[in-house]
Amino acid sequence: MNKCLERLYNGLIKENPTLVLMLGMCPTLAVTTSAMNGLGMGLTTTVVLTLSNVIISLLRKVIPDKIRIPAFIVIIASFVTVMQLLLQAYIPSLYTSLGIYIPLIVVNCIILGRAESYAYKNPVFPSLFDGLGMGLGFTIALTLIGLIREFIGGCSVFGYELGWFTPIGIFKMAPGAFFVLAVLCAIQNKAKIIGAKKGKDVSKIQSGCGHDCLNCDVAGCGDRKENKFQDIEITQEDIESTAKINIQAVAEALKDKSEDVEYETIEVKEEK
Amino acid sequence: MDELLKVSSNPHIRSKLSTDKIMLCVIIALLPATIFGTINFGLYGLVVVLTSVVSCVVTELLFELILKKDITVNDLSAVVTGLLLGLNMPPKAPIYLPIIGGIFAILVVKMVFGGLGQNFMNPALGARCFLIISFPAAMTNFVCDAYSGATPLALIKSGESVDLYNMIIGRTSGTIGETSMVAIVCGAIFLILLGIIDLRIPGTYIVTFALFIGLFGGHGFDTYYISTQLAGGGLMLGAFFMATDYVTRPVTRAGQYVFGAILGILTGIFRVFGASAEGVSYAIIIANLLVPLIEKITYPRAFGRGGEHL
Repeated sequence: MNKCLERLYNGLIKENPTLVLMLGMCPTLAVTTSAMNGLGMGLTTTVVLTLSNVIISLLRKVIPDKIRIPAFIVIIASFVTVMQLLLQAYIPSLYTSLGIYIPLIVVNCIILGRAESYAYKNPVFPSLFDGLGMGLGFTIALTLIGLIREFIGGCSVFGYELGWFTPIGIFKMAPGAFFVLAVLCAIQNKAKIIGAKKGKDVSKIQSGCGHDCLNCDVAGCGDRKENKFQDIEITQEDIESTAKINIQAVAEALKDKSEDVEYETIEVKEEK
Repeated sequence: MDELLKVSSNPHIRSKLSTDKIMLCVIIALLPATIFGTINFGLYGLVVVLTSVVSCVVTELLFELILKKDITVNDLSAVVTGLLLGLNMPPKAPIYLPIIGGIFAILVVKMVFGGLGQNFMNPALGARCFLIISFPAAMTNFVCDAYSGATPLALIKSGESVDLYNMIIGRTSGTIGETSMVAIVCGAIFLILLGIIDLRIPGTYIVTFALFIGLFGGHGFDTYYISTQLAGGGLMLGAFFMATDYVTRPVTRAGQYVFGAILGILTGIFRVFGASAEGVSYAIIIANLLVPLIEKITYPRAFGRGGEHL
């Protein structure tokens, strides 16, 4: 159970998908015009994320490696359709205000990212809590951005008009989303720096891959464990063997193309 | 070997013009427009301009104090930004407008990107557009004690006639600093004589704009119509004082002509085909964003090199 709690903490704070991993920027910037929209979008995504994580984790031994992405998409799209119909039936106002961004949850990179980097490799319960944690982290970030934008841009909180000051309208438009997101990220980075100075460990736990392999010290990243950038000495032999492999590949390609072309089979030294 | 040779790194020939002197000249050049605005719109106009200046300077000072950076308020660029922003305010602007505008201009457009020399667009115009989008009602309300009607440009747009003489003198409604063509041109001539700005950008801008209006304005090359378009709105203020901003204009000579032409075409498009009567500030901001591209295509060829590169 400890691992499950760790996944929750990881998703909520340490690897908050919006403010730390910078994933799912499209819904983050587009739908957070009010706190209610942010909350609705976040919770919808959370439900889809949790359910798809569970199903993908259950099916992880069945799904063939080569077609895993289409398989993920089918699972995610099914849940998104279910959520879309439910929202349309029970919360039509939210359905109208979120509009196109509900079907777009299918290609939300947080969901695909968690499926790929966590659910596909881990058992069901940790995957469930990973989905919950990431989803709630997303919800909190979106609600916060929506709350700030709604307060400054419309002088209201969750739709309740306050009327304290003249609202600054630009915060309800697209530029406002960038302003608020940038400030929140800056605060997050500052908090991280202060934490690091106090000797707190701020490194990521089993990160969703940020494609930054150079600075990545994630042990759990199985795919890249072998060919991580290490101090490899390149010798003349290596170069020669690589060249031979290439020549062989070309020869094989030619062979496939036409039987008439003559080719030489070159012995390849075993790779180091 | 008694002689001591002075060894120093280049540059060995220096111009006596420094940033603060240039900025001081720009401030002096803007004074006629400021004074005319005060006479035209009353003391409250001056209060708006001064608030904007103070807001800009205080924001820059506080930012540098809090982040423990070098204090650069002495280079007077914040004063120029504040002055330009203030001159772009409507005469009866509520006092929070110049305060918020000044903070936005300095904090978001200038300091966050690294201070003077690093800003990607003109801070005063960035703030003006921010204010127009945020407070559309307050920023386009030109009703004041002296004038109650719409701006001359809005009148022209709706097909009414305007008095060209009053427009050139500046006795019309509009923002505090933009109305008087005479005052602005006086300041501009002062700057041109000192060699601080040249006519490349403003000249290309105005000529292109006049041609565009003649071709697409719907009135042909009617001198009266083109003159009212030139004298109205922020065209003169923008052409001489904002498009020529050292930081946000192209550095190459050919690029400056391209920049001026783009400004003229954009302003024409906004004024003729846009919903609003005025379009100078948006034109300058968009052209500012294009400056890196303009510089890339007008990069001068090194002497002796062939024509393989642009």
